[in-house]
Amino acid sequence: MIAPTLATVAYVGATILFILSLGGLSSPESSRRGNLYGMVGMTIAVLATVFGPHVTSAGYPWIVAAMVVGAAIGLYAARVVKMTQMPELVALMHSLVGLAAVLVGFANYIDPAAAAGFQGAEKTIHELEIYIGVLIGAVTFSGSIIAFGKLSARISGKPVLLPARHWINLAGLLGVIWCGAWFIRAHGIDEGMKPLAIMTVIALLFGIHMVMAIGGADMPVVVSMLNSYSGWAAAATGFMLSNDLLIVTGALVGSSGAILSYIMCRAMNRNFVSVIAGGFGTEGGKPAAAGAAPAGEVTPISAVETAELLRNAKHVIVVPGYGMAVAQAQHTVFEITRYLREKGVNVRFGIHPVAGRMPGHMNVLLAEAKVPYDIVMEMDEINADFPETDVAMVIGANDIVNPAAQEDPSSPIAGMPVLEVWQARTVVVMKRSMASGYAGVDNPLFYKDNTRMLFGDAKKMLDEVLVALKA
Amino acid sequence: MPQLIGVPRETAAGEKRVATVPEVVEKLVKLGLRVAVQSGVGEGANFADDAYRAAGAEIVDDAARLWASADVIFKVRAPSMAELGLMRAGQTLVSFIWPAQNPQLMEALAAKKATVLAMDSVPRISRAQKLDALSSMANIAGYRAVIEAAHHFGRFFTGQITAAGKVPPAKVFIIGAGVAGLAAIGAAAGLGAIVRANDTRPEVADQIKSLGGEFVGVDYQEEGTGTGGYAKVMSEGFQKAQRDAFAKQAKDVDVIITTALIPGKPAPKLITAEMVRSMKPGSVIVDLAAEQGGNCELTEPGQVVVKHGVTIIGYTDLPSRLARQSSTLYATNLLRLTEELCKAKDGRIHVNMDDEVIRGTTVIKDGQITWPPPAPKLSAAPPAKPAARPAVPAPKGHGAASAPASARATVITFLAGAILFWFIGAHAPAAFIGHFTVFVLACFVGYMVIWNVTPALHTPLMSVTNAISSIIAIGALVQVAPPMDSSLERPGGWIIGLAVLSIALVAINMFGGFAVTQRMLQMFRK
Repeated sequence: MIAPTLATVAYVGATILFILSLGGLSSPESSRRGNLYGMVGMTIAVLATVFGPHVTSAGYPWIVAAMVVGAAIGLYAARVVKMTQMPELVALMHSLVGLAAVLVGFANYIDPAAAAGFQGAEKTIHELEIYIGVLIGAVTFSGSIIAFGKLSARISGKPVLLPARHWINLAGLLGVIWCGAWFIRAHGIDEGMKPLAIMTVIALLFGIHMVMAIGGADMPVVVSMLNSYSGWAAAATGFMLSNDLLIVTGALVGSSGAILSYIMCRAMNRNFVSVIAGGFGTEGGKPAAAGAAPAGEVTPISAVETAELLRNAKHVIVVPGYGMAVAQAQHTVFEITRYLREKGVNVRFGIHPVAGRMPGHMNVLLAEAKVPYDIVMEMDEINADFPETDVAMVIGANDIVNPAAQEDPSSPIAGMPVLEVWQARTVVVMKRSMASGYAGVDNPLFYKDNTRMLFGDAKKMLDEVLVALKA
Repeated sequence: MPQLIGVPRETAAGEKRVATVPEVVEKLVKLGLRVAVQSGVGEGANFADDAYRAAGAEIVDDAARLWASADVIFKVRAPSMAELGLMRAGQTLVSFIWPAQNPQLMEALAAKKATVLAMDSVPRISRAQKLDALSSMANIAGYRAVIEAAHHFGRFFTGQITAAGKVPPAKVFIIGAGVAGLAAIGAAAGLGAIVRANDTRPEVADQIKSLGGEFVGVDYQEEGTGTGGYAKVMSEGFQKAQRDAFAKQAKDVDVIITTALIPGKPAPKLITAEMVRSMKPGSVIVDLAAEQGGNCELTEPGQVVVKHGVTIIGYTDLPSRLARQSSTLYATNLLRLTEELCKAKDGRIHVNMDDEVIRGTTVIKDGQITWPPPAPKLSAAPPAKPAARPAVPAPKGHGAASAPASARATVITFLAGAILFWFIGAHAPAAFIGHFTVFVLACFVGYMVIWNVTPALHTPLMSVTNAISSIIAIGALVQVAPPMDSSLERPGGWIIGLAVLSIALVAINMFGGFAVTQRMLQMFRK
């Protein structure tokens, strides 16, 4: 047992370490140390709590048992997860935080000791904190579960748009407020349980409905938004327990997720509210029907011809998309990159902020394949270089290289910043078929004169390209 | 009495072409016409008098007699002043005239009460393609330009790997993808060179590619198609962008072939002396526009010069250098024209001014100048494309300061914030205010820290923040076994159950999150 003041100081230390941890991610060099700060901070926080004034030795066996079980599962999952599955894993972990927030909220509510000292406004605020904590936790939980389902393709990625869905959301909100009023006026725990339970059910349904309505292309926004929610849930729990460490950490995580969501929305030129409200392209005109159907011939190309193009090129930019992740083609991409770079070809990667299914997804995949991060460029860094590029290779990406975003004001993705691959001398687009991307918008890029289509599974085709290159 | 077609020898120096060949003579005779050629007419193109005779032509020794007897004269080049003197009043002449460049000749011909059909004025419509002598000649010029370039260029065109070392392929840049340009692309690609081509008319990009060339665009939005499928004069901004593009090519390529002509205008100067200087020594420029002043500043029409180590070929007689081929094609073009003029096959030429093709070709009718003709009804040019391109908002970098919000928005935000803060301050208990302070400050710290995170690390950021949000475990930890106040009745079993479950769930997150972040960050390497 350590003194309360010591516990508090330990919390302050943990807070600083968490901030340093996030700060460390500003560059790949310092990032590993950043993660280490996070671990140390977490260890200090947990130990200070366990040996602090609020936990008696009677709880140790329970705590150790729960920790060991959780740690075993967590470490196992972290070891076996494939880098292409990161978005799923992160979504699933968010759901755990959400669920924990709900459980802690309920446990706190039924614990008479927790509210013992509160009277009047303090009691109301405390109950409000419980209520909000459970609300955010429940939305995070069910939303993350659905996001996990969508990302792991257990649920269709297509947006499910219920009729009058905005009214359903509004009704849900009113229900939550009404239950809240009921909950605060309730006398006694038994009476209060009813509105709390009803609200939890509404929040769970709302979480499901919200994520179901969001299309696959918007997933990066959803994942970072849920990340934000899990932070706010922790912060609300902190208010509930009057624990500053929880508040600070929750606020850090919450604002981190919120900024990521904002960055992702901006990368798609989408309004945050319209993403949350769901349904890509449902506002502002009909997709694909607006006279935008690009006509013309697509020019197919073989793997051997692609290899020939690459061999004769001086500057190559590879633009990977979700298709590369699906096909697990990142290793072959790197093999090709390494071969070409040894031959003196300047190969670089152009990453769109929303390529893939979560922020930074492509970077992680390329890092996994050992692509040096200094040849992996952001969209803004590399867009100006396309006119000097001999070959732009688009691997399983569609909407993020769609010239309609710039050329066709009636397109649903008009104004979205895109990688201007069509300015390269030749564009090789690897694609399984002529199907449109998640936005459901036809891509005039495929019909451009300097575009060559390499149809087939990205991994298989790239393997063939590699063989042809080395031949 | 069938009319007599007279074909005199070309008098222009160096001109080897002839306006008809034996093969065509036969066909003209079949139309009921008589053909007389001057003795030695086909010498330059290797057609013997005997061959003409065998085909049914009459051989006339003397030009004056030929001019005097013929009803229709077929020529290649526009008549010289001496030839004009031989011309009979009311005679019909078919040859290249270039009415825009030769007003005096036109006047003189009109004074002779002649009827003149100019082979350079054939309208650019589909039906007239078979008599389009300009295209025939341009095709030959383009081919010959490549041959001349290859002749003066000190290397193979094709890349080879030989026992004696590797030979890189020659890079050929062709400016203007008209008939001559396209022929040059085909010929150069056929020799194995890497061929690039540029044209102001974007629709020819496909044609360039179909011949094995690569289209080099100019980064500037302007439609370059003028009337009749020819190019037009471009704007100042375009020309600047074009010069930049050409300067870049000049440094890279071995051979430049320029074919840029604008009807009725001097050839645009596209290759500056500076660009020539930047070319590799031993490079070759073939200027097909030499006769109209040249596309290259250093071109000397009719000459081959070496400047700054670059051979500049300014021949103006490229078709004539392939005389047998060009004569055959030109003669065939004239035959097609004759077929149009002599539809009844009765041996008489009838210049029907209601026929669009003949109307366009005829520049003088019975002494009346009828040039320029009214615009053709159909043009080869496609309809103008809508060129509007919406302004693209400049993308902002991550973490870059966003544009300052408008003053009104700022005031409203601050007012709303002030009201909210006042409300909280007025009603909330003191303990809450303390936590609230911490919360707000933490949000700002988070905001500042997160903007510095590099986008490449967004996924690790999410997994590490996710791991850190496991801090919620503290909430569960304090509920497992708090110090008891025995006076309170507590549903201990429920609470321990919920709390332990929470701890287990969060522990998955905590350990899993940090471990997977570590695994990810290990992969990021230079």
